[in-house]
Amino acid sequence: MAIELPENVVLSRLDALANWCRKNSLWPMPFATACCGIELMATAASRYDLARFGAEVFRFSPRQADLMIVAGRVVMKMLPVLQRIWLQMPEPKWCISMGACASTGGVFDTYAVVQGIDRFLPVDIYIPGCPPRPEQLIQAVLDLQEKIQAEGTLSGREFQRPWEEARRRVFQPQLVQLQVPPLEPSQGSETANSQEAQTP
Amino acid sequence: MSFRPTFTEQTQQQLQQAFPECSLSTFRGDLRMVVPREQMYEVLRRLKDQFGYDMLVDITCVDYLYYREAKDRFGLVYLLANTQNNERLTVRVYLNEPELEVPSVYGLWKAADWLEREVWDMFGIRFRGHPDHRRILLPEEFTAHPLRKDYPLQGRGERHNFPVLRRPES
Ligand code: SF4
Repeated sequence: MAIELPENVVLSRLDALANWCRKNSLWPMPFATACCGIELMATAASRYDLARFGAEVFRFSPRQADLMIVAGRVVMKMLPVLQRIWLQMPEPKWCISMGACASTGGVFDTYAVVQGIDRFLPVDIYIPGCPPRPEQLIQAVLDLQEKIQAEGTLSGREFQRPWEEARRRVFQPQLVQLQVPPLEPSQGSETANSQEAQTP
Repeated sequence: MSFRPTFTEQTQQQLQQAFPECSLSTFRGDLRMVVPREQMYEVLRRLKDQFGYDMLVDITCVDYLYYREAKDRFGLVYLLANTQNNERLTVRVYLNEPELEVPSVYGLWKAADWLEREVWDMFGIRFRGHPDHRRILLPEEFTAHPLRKDYPLQGRGERHNFPVLRRPES
């Protein structure tokens, strides 16, 4: 026996409803460390107007944000800060890696610059470009919305990825102290790559 | 091209007489002085007290490792200025391993505080008597001195030794 629904009632799944709420009100945390940050600001400003997509409430406190936008290069000394800020954000949370530097290190392949934040953090969307145009950032936000709508769940099941769990059990991540061989004087012209290759 | 000199002939002669052990030369309107390492502090003190170089503009260092015809490894450079008559002076001290320690000039110019820390950080030259001899730019755990010429540009793997955060843990 079919139940007649009144015309002003819509049936949905609870997950879909939660996703719909979440994706249309992303609160970004701008982790802008370099020139990409300027484009990030332009995106939020009136000309490009990120508010059209519901992501205009930039919060400088990670506890009030659910989307971290890493815009700019992250140096070694900054990475623990970035990780701490990521840990301070409440679930559910997403991360956009904006620009060549945040995604791969860009042109800064030096001892101090982290070669892609995804080595140390989970990243959902990468934006190429140096710097990316504001349109690209907007596209990334739209893509993220699509992703949230497609795979989000109320309980956050999509973040508990079983294969990552298994991998974690095999490769126990541990806090590694910086252990660098002491500088030997006048080592001649060794190449940097041979040094890099020895590190995990 | 002509450069307006940042010193006077008179100062040059006075310095020449006062410090016979130091070699004085000029280059494009700048006066330069090479000081033997042993007399370094004494010379700098007299430059400040007797010749009025009351401002320490910068301390920096040059690594001459692959430099053509260089005899010494490091050149420690002090840039001094006299705020009374606008004269400037470059003082250079050559250092070689393993004696990479010089007296700190923090007692003469307070500005030496961070400048010496930076030279220690980047070149690994120690400053005896510095009140706060820590690294200034790099993390404390860093063991190398990256502006030395034998340090690889891409580092020795320091930037990879961080914990990895994954989704389930964060
Ligand atoms: S990707 Fe380009 S614009 Fe962005 S931080 Fe790097 S250098 Fe700057």
